[in-house]
Amino acid sequence: MSALLEVSGVSVTFDGFRAINNLSLSINEPELRAVIGPNGAGKTTFMDIITGKTKPDTGHVLWGEQSRNLLGMSESAIAREGIGRKFQKPTVFEAQTVRENLAMALKNKRGPFDVLFYRKSAEGATRIEELAAEVGLTEQLPRTAGELSHGQKQWLEIGMLLAQDPRLLLVDEPAAGMTPAEREHTTDLLVRAAKTRAVIVVEHDMEFVRRLNCKVTVLHEGSVLAEGSLDHVTANPQVIEVYLGR
Amino acid sequence: MKNSFLVTNRSVLVFLLCLALFTLGVTVLAEATGAGVISTSFVKTLGKTLCLCLIAIAMDVVWGYCGILSLGHFAFFGIGGYAIGMWLMYARTHDIVVGSLSNDVIPATSAEISDAIGTQIFGVVGSSEFPLIWAFAHSLPLQLAAVVIVPGLLALVFGWLAFRSRVTGVYLSILTQAMTLALSLYLFQNDSGLRGNNGLSGLQNMPGSDLGQDVLSIRFFWASAVALGLGYVLFAFVISGKMGSVIRAIRDDEARVRFLGYHVESYKLFVFTITAMVAGIAGALYYPQAGIINPAEIAPIASIYLAVWVAIGGRGRLYGAVIGATFVSLLSSWFTGGGAPNIDLGFYEIVWTDWWLVLLGLSFVLVTLLFPKGIGGLFDYITINREKGPKA
Amino acid sequence: MLRALVMAVSIVVLAAAAAAQDLQSVLRTHSEEIAKPSRRSVQVAIDDLIALGQPEVPMFLERWQGKEVYQWDTDGQFYYVDGADPFDLIDISTGEVVGQAPKGELSQIKPNAGVRGVIGTALVQFQLQDPDPERRIAALDAIARDGSADQLEPLAASIDAEPDAAIRARKESLLQMLTARFGDATEDRVAAIEALSTEVSVDARAVMNQILTSQNGVATELPDANIAEIREPEFADAYAELVAADLAEPALSADEIKSVLAANIVEGRVGGIPVSTLSDPDARIAAYQALADAGTVAPLMTQSDMQAAIDAHVFYSVYDEPIAAVTDAAVAALKHMELKVGAMQTADLAMDAISLASIYFLAAIGLAVTFGVMGVINMAHGEFIMMGAYTGYVIQQIIPDYTVSIIVALPVAFAVTFAAGVAMERLVIRHLYKRPLETLLATFGISIALQQIAKNIFGTQARPLTSPAWLDGALVFNDVVAISYIRIAIFVLAVLFLCLILFILKKTRLGLEVRAVTQNPGMAASMGINPDRINMLTFGLGSGIAGIAGVAIGLYAKVTSEMGADYIVQSFMTVVVGGVGNVWGTLAGASLIGFLQKGIEWMNPSNTLAAQTYMILFIIIFIQFRPKGIVALKGRAAGN
Repeated sequence: MSALLEVSGVSVTFDGFRAINNLSLSINEPELRAVIGPNGAGKTTFMDIITGKTKPDTGHVLWGEQSRNLLGMSESAIAREGIGRKFQKPTVFEAQTVRENLAMALKNKRGPFDVLFYRKSAEGATRIEELAAEVGLTEQLPRTAGELSHGQKQWLEIGMLLAQDPRLLLVDEPAAGMTPAEREHTTDLLVRAAKTRAVIVVEHDMEFVRRLNCKVTVLHEGSVLAEGSLDHVTANPQVIEVYLGR
Repeated sequence: MKNSFLVTNRSVLVFLLCLALFTLGVTVLAEATGAGVISTSFVKTLGKTLCLCLIAIAMDVVWGYCGILSLGHFAFFGIGGYAIGMWLMYARTHDIVVGSLSNDVIPATSAEISDAIGTQIFGVVGSSEFPLIWAFAHSLPLQLAAVVIVPGLLALVFGWLAFRSRVTGVYLSILTQAMTLALSLYLFQNDSGLRGNNGLSGLQNMPGSDLGQDVLSIRFFWASAVALGLGYVLFAFVISGKMGSVIRAIRDDEARVRFLGYHVESYKLFVFTITAMVAGIAGALYYPQAGIINPAEIAPIASIYLAVWVAIGGRGRLYGAVIGATFVSLLSSWFTGGGAPNIDLGFYEIVWTDWWLVLLGLSFVLVTLLFPKGIGGLFDYITINREKGPKA
Repeated sequence: MLRALVMAVSIVVLAAAAAAQDLQSVLRTHSEEIAKPSRRSVQVAIDDLIALGQPEVPMFLERWQGKEVYQWDTDGQFYYVDGADPFDLIDISTGEVVGQAPKGELSQIKPNAGVRGVIGTALVQFQLQDPDPERRIAALDAIARDGSADQLEPLAASIDAEPDAAIRARKESLLQMLTARFGDATEDRVAAIEALSTEVSVDARAVMNQILTSQNGVATELPDANIAEIREPEFADAYAELVAADLAEPALSADEIKSVLAANIVEGRVGGIPVSTLSDPDARIAAYQALADAGTVAPLMTQSDMQAAIDAHVFYSVYDEPIAAVTDAAVAALKHMELKVGAMQTADLAMDAISLASIYFLAAIGLAVTFGVMGVINMAHGEFIMMGAYTGYVIQQIIPDYTVSIIVALPVAFAVTFAAGVAMERLVIRHLYKRPLETLLATFGISIALQQIAKNIFGTQARPLTSPAWLDGALVFNDVVAISYIRIAIFVLAVLFLCLILFILKKTRLGLEVRAVTQNPGMAASMGINPDRINMLTFGLGSGIAGIAGVAIGLYAKVTSEMGADYIVQSFMTVVVGGVGNVWGTLAGASLIGFLQKGIEWMNPSNTLAAQTYMILFIIIFIQFRPKGIVALKGRAAGN
């Protein structure tokens, strides 16, 4: 099975500071992967590079069966390729309803004229109901997103990601600021999502990662320090030094 | 399709009804068609106000809904006015010239006619040659097409350049203002081909027609009302449904929309261009009622006033823009026309023709500070009190 | 009389043939020419007078020119007069009173303007040696204004005795010019022309152009003369020239053909062609041909006839100066001079651009500072500039001494606009942080109001802000390169402010806090910095600088209520092009825009409007490629 996403030899520098240093990493489909690392390890920059927000100085990011290079593509084109991203802070459109938020994310043609003459369909409505049920927001569909609780916004955002039907899901610290019950719900969501697609979760919280029960990549100073099961990497003396030495 | 859209957007129907009633009322009271209570010049003022409402809703879509504070839409308005003004001026001068040459024993050649028209139009800037941009001035259909195409094309090119390089927010506003300034400075030149600071004049006369100003004024009023109605429906359609959802999402968080897979630049370009075209139409209807257009009309300050109307009326709701444009422009002509009584403070007399701009500037600051939702925000209180619904 | 002594020296030079005649007798010989002089006849008399070589001659010439010479009808002699009626008669040679005469017997000699000119030329040779340097300079000015061949010799003669080095240099340079134009020997003239070719003064260039004056001509064959060039005029011009030189018959214009046709309508037809078809130009020609064939009118001059006539002639221009060696040298010299002048004009242009850049920098640096606080361009900044300028104007009304008033105006303008800036920040901006577009609009509102208030108080006409006398005038390098002191002062002010701002931002506690707040207000607050206070102070500082810029700008431009609007566009262009939040960026932006504007104006000097249009277009395109300006922040710090 070939890799869905292959990052190789990527480096990026901000004003002399090497945020990512010769990073290589690959992920299969389906797969659930956790990326951990201390502050400043380059986790967010790594996501920025995959989604096209930051252009690296060197390296390749290859995608899919044809190994297309994602570098040089715009953010929206990368998203249409099937890469969805959830930000650290929940970013939903707070002035619009949950239904509108989900409808916008639904996998459909994205051109302005397609959207202008888009007509609501029964299929679409059903899909929205399904997604709302999946993330547990059925009750909240007609509500304005701004009125939701922090955890509900996180789920709405995950719901929007699922609505895009991506092949690769990038999730940045989904559990931050959640109650234990909400965390559990989130874990379930992610594990379920990873059954049919690739999911990369960037997380700080070891407990949450343990619950995901998946392969773990440890980033440090912009490159991969260790990779393997959580038990394997936590036994690695370098990882211990990086985490405990600080 | 439009049917179902109109049914689901009741406010559009309400607006159209109000507009129709207003038009009917003015028609009944106007000189040419009714009681003659409303003077011809006031019919023109009302017709012009409708055109301003049309560009105001265009501004509202681009700013209130899409978040692009364009300070260039009055430039598109002016271009529309110039495009139609070229035909009006050419055709009328043509009629006059042909009339005066017909007294000659020898019939005039087409070169002689063209020279005479050129001298008539461009004599004021010391030229008699037709500049290249007047190539289609003889043809009404082509100039009508130019009313839409030229602003649209300019907006398309400018927008493509600006959005492509991710110029956003305040920078974009300033860039659009720079564009407007460049255009008005260009038009101020005598060799711009559009008569420099003299502008185009005599536009209130309809070539080839002997209708009086009273009849013309009411016809233009009707045309403006129809244009406003159609424009309102068009924009209501654009901002409803999923398109509206995406546009508002771009206003609130452009980057997030991009990660949803939408090509944000195309959407902005679409909104920017279509509103520019409508602005051109509004200008083409406005200036025949005003009678004259000159580069000062396009100066950046005009576009700022446009933003002021929309802000005072209430952004993000089409009727807010209409209210703002009507309210502020009529109030402005009341104050500057000497309609408002001066206030004698004993030591100083406030003459409103001098102090109106101060009042406008300061009230604009106050509205921005205290009532960011503008006059239209008042309607929210009414609606919220009556029915607490999620209708945005 | 000292003057008489010097005049005596001149005798040595002038009186080559010093006949033992006295002044009065020469005058009597030429009595007719002197009493009723005409421009043409008077020269003989003047020549004889000068040949006389006596010290009283120049005095006589001066008084003659000044209409102070009288002829006594009784004896026909010439006198100066003094006193009142009856006048004392003063002998023109001895200067003694020799008698009295009533007004009725005296006739005043009134030479006309032409004659006075001739006398003036004759006087130049005396004035060139006048002991009063001012008079010598006046004489040199007269020569420079209107040189002639006969001044050559006296000028050359006056150089050796010239005591003043500067005047001597001037004389030598003038001599060179006169030699170039009027010298006898061709070699001398060529040498003089070559010597002049190193100069760039307007006078020297004028000399070359005078040598190179030429007349246009047309003939069947090129004449044997000093030909300047063979011309190839446009068809219509060429034919008109032929007609003017009686070398061709005038051709009928379209209008003339039309009136000929109109005069020959017979039963609705002209030459058999129906009148109604004559809206076609070809039909008109055909009708005229028909008339011509019938002999009714003169034959039509066709285009090819005219072309043939033009081809048969040669159009040329010929130098007034007959000697080719001289004109060749002058052409070469002029070319050399123009090259040099071009280089100097470039230098001059660069200096202009620097002063313009200084003004933009002054106008924009305050804006850049406030930008750091607001994150938005303050659209009322232009009005702060205007406020500063009006403050200067008001202070000049109170303090009449311009030097003192400017010195007072600078800090007061700073204080006034500082206060206005702080008030605006406290009352408006503070409530709008995080809402940049609305901040922009609110400052627009303030700008509209302030502009109108100024208009209501000070009226619409421009108010002068007069600079002190020591700032008048210009630092003149030569005829091409000059820079006014006021612009130098503005440049100095700009440099001072650059240093001041850099000092405040980099070396003071306030600067440290400002940088902290603009980069991360939350963090700054947690470190005990009060962001409110810093924002207020920074905004006040930026506005205060605008006030000072206003005084500076007011000094060299007029103070109007709209002056702010004129500068705000350039100012925000400067900030945007330069890159936001960076003093060096503002400097770079101001330099770029200053030089660009001057450059465009230079390419298209007739039209400053076009220059501004092109500049704005350039900036729009520039922002496409460098959206964050010249000096851009990079990386994550730059934000989204």
